[in-house]
Amino acid sequence: MKVNLSEAKNIIKKYCAKEGALIPLLQDVQAIYGYVPEEVVELISKELSIFPVEIYGVLTFYAQFYLTPRGKHTIKVCQGTACHVMGGGEILSYLSDTLGIREGETTEDGIFSLERVACLGCCGMAPVIMVDNDFYGKCTIKKMEDILSNYQKEKSI
Amino acid sequence: MEIKILICMGTSGVSAGALEVERNFITELKSCGLDKKCKIVHTGDRGLFRDVLVDIIISDNRITYQYVKPEDVSIIVKEHLLEGEPVRKLQATEDYEQFFSGQMRIVLSNCGEIDPEDINDYETHGGYDALKKVFQISSQEVIEEVKKSGLKGRGGAGFSTGLKWEFCSKPESDKKYVVCNADEGDPGAFMDRSVLEGDPHSVIEGMIIAGYAIGACEGYIYCRAEYPLAIKRLKKAISEAKEKGFLGSNILGSGFSFNITIKEGAGAFVCGEETALIASIEGHRGMPKTRPPFPAQEGLWSKPTLINNVETFANIRHIIVKGAEWFSSIGTKESKGTKVFALAGKVKNTGLVEVPMGMTIRELIYGPGGGMVNNNIPFKGVQIGGPSGGCLPEELLDTAIDYESITKTGAIMGSGGMIVMDEQTCMVDIAKFFLKFTVAESCGQCTPCRVGLKRMLEVLEKITCGEGEEEQIIFLEEMGSAIRDTALCALGNTAPNPVLTTIKYFLDEYDAHIKEKKCPAHVCVELVKFEVIEEKCIKCGQCYKVCPVSAVVWQKNDYAKIDKAKCIKCKACINICPTVAIE
Ligand SMILES: Cc1cc2nc3c(=O)[nH]c(=O)nc-3n(C[C@H](O)[C@H](O)[C@H](O)COP(=O)(O)O)c2cc1C
Ligand code: FES
Repeated sequence: MKVNLSEAKNIIKKYCAKEGALIPLLQDVQAIYGYVPEEVVELISKELSIFPVEIYGVLTFYAQFYLTPRGKHTIKVCQGTACHVMGGGEILSYLSDTLGIREGETTEDGIFSLERVACLGCCGMAPVIMVDNDFYGKCTIKKMEDILSNYQKEKSI
Repeated sequence: MEIKILICMGTSGVSAGALEVERNFITELKSCGLDKKCKIVHTGDRGLFRDVLVDIIISDNRITYQYVKPEDVSIIVKEHLLEGEPVRKLQATEDYEQFFSGQMRIVLSNCGEIDPEDINDYETHGGYDALKKVFQISSQEVIEEVKKSGLKGRGGAGFSTGLKWEFCSKPESDKKYVVCNADEGDPGAFMDRSVLEGDPHSVIEGMIIAGYAIGACEGYIYCRAEYPLAIKRLKKAISEAKEKGFLGSNILGSGFSFNITIKEGAGAFVCGEETALIASIEGHRGMPKTRPPFPAQEGLWSKPTLINNVETFANIRHIIVKGAEWFSSIGTKESKGTKVFALAGKVKNTGLVEVPMGMTIRELIYGPGGGMVNNNIPFKGVQIGGPSGGCLPEELLDTAIDYESITKTGAIMGSGGMIVMDEQTCMVDIAKFFLKFTVAESCGQCTPCRVGLKRMLEVLEKITCGEGEEEQIIFLEEMGSAIRDTALCALGNTAPNPVLTTIKYFLDEYDAHIKEKKCPAHVCVELVKFEVIEEKCIKCGQCYKVCPVSAVVWQKNDYAKIDKAKCIKCKACINICPTVAIE
């Protein structure tokens, strides 16, 4: 798949004169493309005269950045302390087994990506997961089955 | 007479359906002609998890409703607003009162009370009074006042805020910076987030005052990217403050100028460490540096930089308005004021609790916390301070909450995470959990942290799957103290704490894993047999119903049995069994 670079060019223009702009620039790139494509890294390197190694250094240091496309829905499973104590680990391994992917990976059909996060800030509802921007609290294995099948159904509609 | 309707709209309120509740209020009020008489106020979370909380205030009378569902709204409007009869069954219960009665809310005083997206509401609650006051005194006097108050940084280390301000005010420099640390990385803490979501102006006001005191005209707020709502509200608050002339050039005609920029973090725990945070704002990998030089001398873009935590800044306006003397009258000899804790785990009331320093941990858990969630499962320990902190047993529950007393136990005050654990929590597993976290978050620069922590984790993994040996306890202790003494930054220095404190206070549990190959709490999956103890089984069949892979065989009036070939060890059966009959 060829990556359309025109939007990336606009973003670079917006940031080129600013100090310390690399991280917000990459955040904007990811907001548009869903990940940071190799082609865009090359472009940034050229336009801003930064070595690619420095850009990749930043990309791989921060958990937020992805170098590959994401699934249609991202499931974030909270592995914060409260969720861990309340059984969040079992929720993560159930999802990982059921979807057949490990954290950080995407299902083959491109529907789900699975991630772990540390504390979503709703510890009172632990264990918590977040699918895209929706929170689900007091999770159980049963509830996971329902949630997954809801999102899967949506695909077939 | 105006009727005020407060709806909690923090992250947890919204996720529990606060938006639909509001929508229904708007349509219901319109349809009965009350919309002109009622004012709906969006507030941040109040700190107690009761799904959607709604308060109805009619003159002095205030009624709180909890767990409000969208379909409840029409009943509230009809019975309470039209007929004057509050809806009993939806009203907040006694434990709600108990949760708030034991607290002293200073930092959180506005959270859940005001509309965080309306600067006028903040001003009617005394907002920006402190800022107006500081312009009448010299910057030196502001620093003196903060010093006298005895306020210590709430971000973890507990360094005197007044002293830090003084250090930053000393160097001559064409440029200085004020940075607010809103990275809140402790995986079980959300105090800062609630303050930012519920009362963003209080943090901004604190930062402007700090800027005036040290002579800085630029500020940054470094906020975790996982906090989109907090970032949205901060942006709104900054632009409102600009319009009103509290930010920008020549603030309130004082000649002093100050601006604030928001920087979004990108997901790295170590960026909460101040030198790493600076590197991250500058656009680099967030690697900590050795200190000195301290940021106060050479910080952001090599200029003198003041870094304080969200809660620290939120305290400032109260100190300025009410005075250092008032503030220092709260708390203990060495630790002044209050501290906000994120109370979670196996307690009845989970949420944000603000208590005066010096209260004991027991008073907190059994007061506002309401005690254990399940009276049949006894308390085992409490974790304080997150990945840098420690686990304390029952015997230490009467420890006072202040920097000195908590440090003495081997834990640290930290930023305010407090997780209560019961007999169903495995302490070895908790130690492993935190170590896994720090291993994943280590920046990898120094060997003790990068390699040492990993070796410790490997040993804990062996112990929790039944391959532990007795000498390994000594290994963990030696390695832990070596890392504590030699790591480059505080992430590594404190990372062994969860392991060292659990060995110190819960050694019997390590012994059970190592010698008997047993996990007393049935948490470590490799050590659980997944067998039903018939003497304890009451034949209720709940395990049969909950098993996701139909591995439980059960019939009415018969013992349950687990088919190990099918079992995926998810522990759904163990968690639901009312009599702990599965081993
Ligand atoms: C690994 C690590 C993570 C930290 N995370 C935070 C954090 O999330 N928030 C915070 O305010 N301070 C954090 N700190 C402490 C900061 O380095 C710094 O001491 C603090 O922001 C100073 O503010 P204060 O004096 O107001 O407490 C962290 C320190 C370390 C070593
Ligand atoms: S630990 Fe999961 S929401 Fe806080």
